[in-house]
Amino acid sequence: MQVQTHVDINSEWGIVAARQAGRKLAREIGFGSVDQARITTAISELARNIYLYANKGQIYIEEVSNANKRGVKITAIDQGPGIKDVRKVMEDGFTTSGGLGAGLPGVRRLMDDFTIDSEVNNGTTISAIKWLR
Amino acid sequence: MYQLYKEMLTNYLRNKSEHTLYSAQQFSKEMMVKDLSPEEMVSLHISVFKEIVEDLPEEVIDSFDLLLEVMIGYGLAHREHLSLRDRQRQLESELNVAARMQQSLLPSKELKVDEVDFGVTSVPAGKMSGDYYHYIVDEQGHIGVAVADVIGKGIPAAMCMSMIKYAMDSIPEQRLQPAALLENLNRVVERNIDSDMFITMVYGSYDPKSHRFYFASAGHEPGFFYEAATNTFHDLKTKGIVLGVSPKVQYHESSLKLEPGDFVVLLSDGVTETRVNGEFIERKDVSQLIGKYKHLPAQLMAEQVFRELERMQDFQLKDDFTLLILRRNV
Repeated sequence: MQVQTHVDINSEWGIVAARQAGRKLAREIGFGSVDQARITTAISELARNIYLYANKGQIYIEEVSNANKRGVKITAIDQGPGIKDVRKVMEDGFTTSGGLGAGLPGVRRLMDDFTIDSEVNNGTTISAIKWLR
Repeated sequence: MYQLYKEMLTNYLRNKSEHTLYSAQQFSKEMMVKDLSPEEMVSLHISVFKEIVEDLPEEVIDSFDLLLEVMIGYGLAHREHLSLRDRQRQLESELNVAARMQQSLLPSKELKVDEVDFGVTSVPAGKMSGDYYHYIVDEQGHIGVAVADVIGKGIPAAMCMSMIKYAMDSIPEQRLQPAALLENLNRVVERNIDSDMFITMVYGSYDPKSHRFYFASAGHEPGFFYEAATNTFHDLKTKGIVLGVSPKVQYHESSLKLEPGDFVVLLSDGVTETRVNGEFIERKDVSQLIGKYKHLPAQLMAEQVFRELERMQDFQLKDDFTLLILRRNV
């Protein structure tokens, strides 16, 4: 059973704590400095989304592995308003144009696997994995 | 890549030559082709730098953490840019297909009748046109001609335009009655388009036996009638509101007789609203220009007038341009 770190996000401090946890695990698994920075940026974006749109939620960070690779998995969960049109927020240029940062398309680019589940009024769960090459 | 950059950096630190900087510039182009992201470039620099300069102060090494973090954002923006560029290319090619489809709605066969000399030029300002023209010869040799202009430009206007074409196809029996035809079209347009879209249109029919030209207009830019005997241009005066405003509209029909060498000109407001140095040209300028080329066959006349107006506005059309000429042969 691998260790799972979980950080509550309800302030900017939570965002920093989640980044720290993510960087530490990424380093331990053996990611280089560029990928470490990518993983922490993805964590930032997901945590900021929680903080800005749902007020509070959790970020889970864990090591994952399959047949022959290891990776970092980030899961962001909130019980916020949910996303009405997922396709729209996954579109390039939709969030960035408003100066909201890289947005979800950015997270998808930074990571290897990406899944999103959202229901209006019921919150959003996003998970993303970066595999060690 | 690593080796190449290492050589460049070593050289540069040794001789600080412009030559090496130039190589670096070439290098960056190559890296962009290879899709190397900004953060990877910074990371490459850091590893090479660490290798060739021994005992770097810790502050220098640490400072790169900050730079790397910042470059991640630039890297994302760069990738987003690439993906938006791809999407733009895709949209562009869809638009090209649509423009070709639109072109196929226009008459493709040349109008060849002994009694008249006919020419038409239509050029969209963008890829797609909000102008429409039409011509047809029926079994009795009567000729129907039309120019329509959708208020608005681009794709919405173009979609609207195709409706006019299909509506006209469905009411062939009124080809000889311009006013009745417009009344019918008006009903179709009124029922089918948004209230904020309008279409202006002029329809004419020519009887080659009596040499009479019948015409009616729905708020369209007035055409010209050229009288050869007096060498003068007259406005084709018409009344009638634009299509699509109200369901029940009656249009007024006028007619005039063409003598040998006389011609009528139908046009869209893209012709008369040509701007030269920020100011609209006058209708008189347009008729003068047409007059300048009246010795040419109608098709060449239309093309020459377009070419000259295009040149006058520095090859940047503000609006779709359509010019149609029908002349009675001698």
